[in-house]
Amino acid sequence: MFPRPIEKASPPAKALYKIALPVALIIWLLPLLAVALTSLRSQADILNGNYWGWPTSFNMLENYTAIFENTPIGQYILNSFRVTIPTVIGAVSLSCMTGFALAVYKFKGNLLLFFLFVAGNFVPFQILMVPVRDFTVGLGIYNTISGLALFHIAFQTGFCTLFMRNFIKALPFELIEAARVEGVSEIRIFWYVVLPLMKPAIAALSVLIFTFIWNDYFWAMVLTQGADTQPITAGLNSLNGQWVSSWHLVSAGSIVAAMPPVIMFFLMQRHFIAGLTLGAVK
Amino acid sequence: MRDYWRANQQRLAPVLFLLPGLLMFLVYVVVPIFQSVSISFYAWDGLGEKEYVGIANYVELMDDEAFYTSLKNNVIWLVLYMLAIPAGLFVALFLNQNVRGIRIYKSLFFFPFVISQVVVGLVFSWFYDPSYGLFNKILGFFGADPMAILADEDWVTYGIIIAGLWPQTAYCMILYLTGLNAVDSEQIEAARLDNAKGLKLLWYIILPQLRPATFIAMVVTIIGALRSFDLVSIMTNGGPWGSSRVLAFYMYEQAFSEYGFRMGYGAAIAVVLFAIMMIYIAAFLYKMYRDERGH
Repeated sequence: MFPRPIEKASPPAKALYKIALPVALIIWLLPLLAVALTSLRSQADILNGNYWGWPTSFNMLENYTAIFENTPIGQYILNSFRVTIPTVIGAVSLSCMTGFALAVYKFKGNLLLFFLFVAGNFVPFQILMVPVRDFTVGLGIYNTISGLALFHIAFQTGFCTLFMRNFIKALPFELIEAARVEGVSEIRIFWYVVLPLMKPAIAALSVLIFTFIWNDYFWAMVLTQGADTQPITAGLNSLNGQWVSSWHLVSAGSIVAAMPPVIMFFLMQRHFIAGLTLGAVK
Repeated sequence: MRDYWRANQQRLAPVLFLLPGLLMFLVYVVVPIFQSVSISFYAWDGLGEKEYVGIANYVELMDDEAFYTSLKNNVIWLVLYMLAIPAGLFVALFLNQNVRGIRIYKSLFFFPFVISQVVVGLVFSWFYDPSYGLFNKILGFFGADPMAILADEDWVTYGIIIAGLWPQTAYCMILYLTGLNAVDSEQIEAARLDNAKGLKLLWYIILPQLRPATFIAMVVTIIGALRSFDLVSIMTNGGPWGSSRVLAFYMYEQAFSEYGFRMGYGAAIAVVLFAIMMIYIAAFLYKMYRDERGH
């Protein structure tokens, strides 16, 4: 283990480490803690410039109720879910199939197709922006939830294919061969042999894609406008314009927007990190 | 029909499995790249007729002050963003212990990466606020005059990059923590017996074993730096006077915003950004290709 385990260090060093941990954490999260605290402040505190002192009163209920009552933030959140959930389902199912095809079958151009998915996943969004917007307008689904979700599904398929293909490649191939000898059809092999083994990969990708899509801002700006369709990221941006100097409301809105991926992360931490660190160890 | 499928299913199955995903990917990702390249040779407002102008958009770029500002800022982003890698390693080393509650510390340190860049941008705009932001409280504590970082042409890009480094460092940290888990402990013990310790041990024994983590960290950091858009848009909208623009943002601004719809010109900027990115994508694919052959 590196660095040397702290248990083996001298008692003062040990004590120092135990103090350093929470101090470092507070400094690291200070901007976020400040926002959380501000979201509880009263209008009077904000007007008096009391940003860093103890709040004169805790207005959690008032502030959070206010943003839901006076702004379409509830609608924004709902839109985010309506974009994110279909994208997770769509991209993960499509990539289970593409990943399976690229990992199991040997055919000409296999590696080339795989690299196409990998490379596409890294391109700058801006090179896609004008044609994708044009195409979406042409389909008549500009400024709709499905227009945004369809693009996300297609784009995320690149990353998911990379992930799934490598995952399936690491499974024991003998399983598939044994099933073939038994005369099981390829489709049944996919459904009954491989898919059950992919559960951890599916879980990891699902949380990861959920977070990516929830936090997407660029495509939300390009493909949607207005409170009926905009997800929370774009919504927060427009609210920020209206809420000049109402920092307690901006803060409450930010906290609300950050909540779903944070909860997701805490619930599925192991899967999340397994997904993110794919390839970090060999 | 059934017999044909039986006899050829090993050849047909991959086509079947690939078709839906590949089709979507081609329509939404691969084809648009070529369309963008083509659009960059036209003058187009997005609605009317396209007018072929040859390389005029690129010629205009060569003379565009704002383009050079964006390009310069992208280089600054690319260089400074790399700090996330050593910073992430440092935090990972700090947290790689077995004391009680360390797991919750690790997840809380990872927090900034999970939240949206929109929220990160708002948090930091506020952090930098000249009249009541924490940053200026700290400056004041050391007796310095308040600074409006985000309104200062010379400092604004650095201010935004620091905001970006916050989640990126968390990302690199988690990569290194996973890498550190897999470090060969026997090698470390052997090196310790040879009296290697501290930085020397880190440099000669640990870092070589962390190479896969470093590689992934570099890939995601480079891509992240070149993709930077959200923070610029949220924190400054490219200002003051366009001094914090990056290529990704400038492209968006040109293609559709109050400055008018110049799709062709925007596409030309995107092509330049794409060309820069292609260098890294090609290097990444080359490494992957070598690994594949290695098996």
